Amino acid sequence: MTRLRTTVSMLTAALAVTALAACGGSQPEAPVKNADGSTTLNMWTFADVHATYYEEMAERWNEANPDQEIQLEVTVYPYDDMHNKLQLAVNSGEGLPDVVDIEVNKFANFVKGENPPLLDLTEAAAPYKDDVVQARLDLYSKDGKIYGFPTHVGAFTTFYNTEALEGAGIDYSTIKTWDDFQEAGVKYHEETGKAFGVASTSVMFLEPLITAQLGGQYIDTDGNVQVNSPEVVEALSMMKDMQDAGAISTIPGGSPDSEEAYGAINDGDYAAIVYPAWYTSRFVDYMPDLAGKVAIAPAPVPDDAVVQTIGGGGTGAAVPAVSPNKDLAAQWLAFAKLSPEANVAVWEVLGFDPVNMAVWEDEAVTKNPDNKFNKYFQTNLFDVLNEVKDGIGHFESFSDPNWPTVDDTFRTVTLNEIYENGTPVQEALDQTQADLQNQLGQ
Amino acid sequence: MKQLLYSKRLAPYFFILPFLVTLAVFWVVPLGRSFVMSTQEVLYGQATFIGLDNYERLWQDRIFWQALFNSLRYMVLTLVLLIPIPLALAALINSNIGSARIKGFFKASMFVPALTSVVVAGIVFRLIFAESDTAIMNQVAEFFGFGPVRWLRGDITGLVALLAIALWRWTGVNMMYFLAGMQAIPTEYYEAASIDGASRFRQFLHITVPNLRPTIVYVVTISVYGGLAMFLESFMLYAGNNSPNNQGLTVVGYLYRKGIEENDLGFASAVGVVLLVIVMTINISYLVASGTFRKEAA
Repeated sequence: MTRLRTTVSMLTAALAVTALAACGGSQPEAPVKNADGSTTLNMWTFADVHATYYEEMAERWNEANPDQEIQLEVTVYPYDDMHNKLQLAVNSGEGLPDVVDIEVNKFANFVKGENPPLLDLTEAAAPYKDDVVQARLDLYSKDGKIYGFPTHVGAFTTFYNTEALEGAGIDYSTIKTWDDFQEAGVKYHEETGKAFGVASTSVMFLEPLITAQLGGQYIDTDGNVQVNSPEVVEALSMMKDMQDAGAISTIPGGSPDSEEAYGAINDGDYAAIVYPAWYTSRFVDYMPDLAGKVAIAPAPVPDDAVVQTIGGGGTGAAVPAVSPNKDLAAQWLAFAKLSPEANVAVWEVLGFDPVNMAVWEDEAVTKNPDNKFNKYFQTNLFDVLNEVKDGIGHFESFSDPNWPTVDDTFRTVTLNEIYENGTPVQEALDQTQADLQNQLGQ
Repeated sequence: MKQLLYSKRLAPYFFILPFLVTLAVFWVVPLGRSFVMSTQEVLYGQATFIGLDNYERLWQDRIFWQALFNSLRYMVLTLVLLIPIPLALAALINSNIGSARIKGFFKASMFVPALTSVVVAGIVFRLIFAESDTAIMNQVAEFFGFGPVRWLRGDITGLVALLAIALWRWTGVNMMYFLAGMQAIPTEYYEAASIDGASRFRQFLHITVPNLRPTIVYVVTISVYGGLAMFLESFMLYAGNNSPNNQGLTVVGYLYRKGIEENDLGFASAVGVVLLVIVMTINISYLVASGTFRKEAA
């Protein structure tokens, strides 16, 4: 009896020790190879369409590099969940993937401090660097080191529902300036009672665009926020005037890039969407009823525009520094995002405007009649992009380490105050400036 | 060895050891770490001591005060709703009105929401309170003759939605606590009172409520904590931590935003410490005022 009891307590103790030891298991540092000689790379992303793209690029890599085959395992998480999970993982250094997509508005969070948890990709980028728009690499760089690879330029364009516009007697090709846009919007709204453009509250794109067109910034070159500077005030005032006149309206879901909004746009409730060029993919994937009815045109400009357009949005793919397969992951990632064939695929699979601008001029690629994006839209995206090609500015505020906080504050408070609650623009921006200065300790 | 294992003096400590270890590992140590972190600026692999800077920033942070106001408001309103209503329902079930079978069914159906996941419930409530005029609450609103309401856009209407979730979810649980308390009250008290001619309402007021005091104190204490620590309901209802004008932002939501979403773990720790102090202050003063710490009168 006594012996049994002792045995039981010994067993219990042994179990407890094993359980504790299992918690502290450490990952092997050396690259891990599968039985067939390939390497499994785990990847996280927040967009379904990206997953499809990466899987295709993994196949192409394996065809070209049979001695370094990879098995790509992509996991798609919702946007917030993925970034929060990644935040926790990099802080603990455990449970990280080998490659991860980080959205531009979150990127600065992951390169804070002196030893960012991401791998320096400068070397992997070297073979392709010269062909790529520098401003897009700058977005994901810090202190001269590249930590992420861009997917697209994201130049702003306008998507017009021509069927709806014709009904109201509006010719979209005559819209050049924001004044034209407002005039057309007011006319359309009066004629049909429907909304023309969109005032987003949960995404901030048009406001930085107009600010940049006016020559302003949200954050100055020393890193100080200046969201109540004259250009920002003017940009927001222009938006507010357009809303008051009826040319733009808020949208279900808070921005054109949400499930509820896709439905509304698909139903013809909104006729003109000014958004980065990658919005093409949303039309093709989520708004099948509008096929053949949408024309792409350049984004409107103010009368005395300093730059014509900027790149909006973006995703920086990065490699966590603790990944055991980091070298292979970096090589593959450079191939998958920066190589010429990758840039062709960015257009063909995703419908984005690739960062390798040589592709923009390759008519065999851009004018391919079998391309699903060329089939969907009345006009060719690259005709529009080449028109503004030399006028694409870089909006420095996007790559500031404090941009995530600025963007967050606008999307939760400021834009709601202005578009939903009718707070005067100057007042709302002064309040935001004060809040941000305190939050950022400036 | 044998003596040690069979020692009567050590046995009690041995039996409470599992609890003490979990308390230390999952509560005391993290709590201590939070205090330390709240005085640091934490970045990847580096933590710098910055004294009380985080607390100073917190003091001046308008959003934090808004989050605190939201949490306090929610806590007070849940107390106002979730004490009297379950109490009345429990009294109803405990009375001899209605058949036992119907009451059993009622009890069970009131308790089911507590077993569902907040995540699922939050999504369902988001759809119920959606903006479109076909959403359930807007159908109800229309029936009563006012137009579609943009529930989750307005401060007060958003609060109504949050309270609706709380009411739906916790009424059954609180009712069960009260019911259990009521069934422990000896029936002789009621018999004596009815012989003296006391009405049912007076019996409830002078017998049930005083005898339920330990239960009420317990329910209030956990409700204060639950109300101030509310996060998931708001997170699910607004499909994320960002609600219009931060109307659904709670203290824990703000902690989550600062720590996880903006990677400012030092500041987030300061938020957590302040929340702990507030909850403890309210609850300890309540427990002292309600006489819980007083020795049982002989």
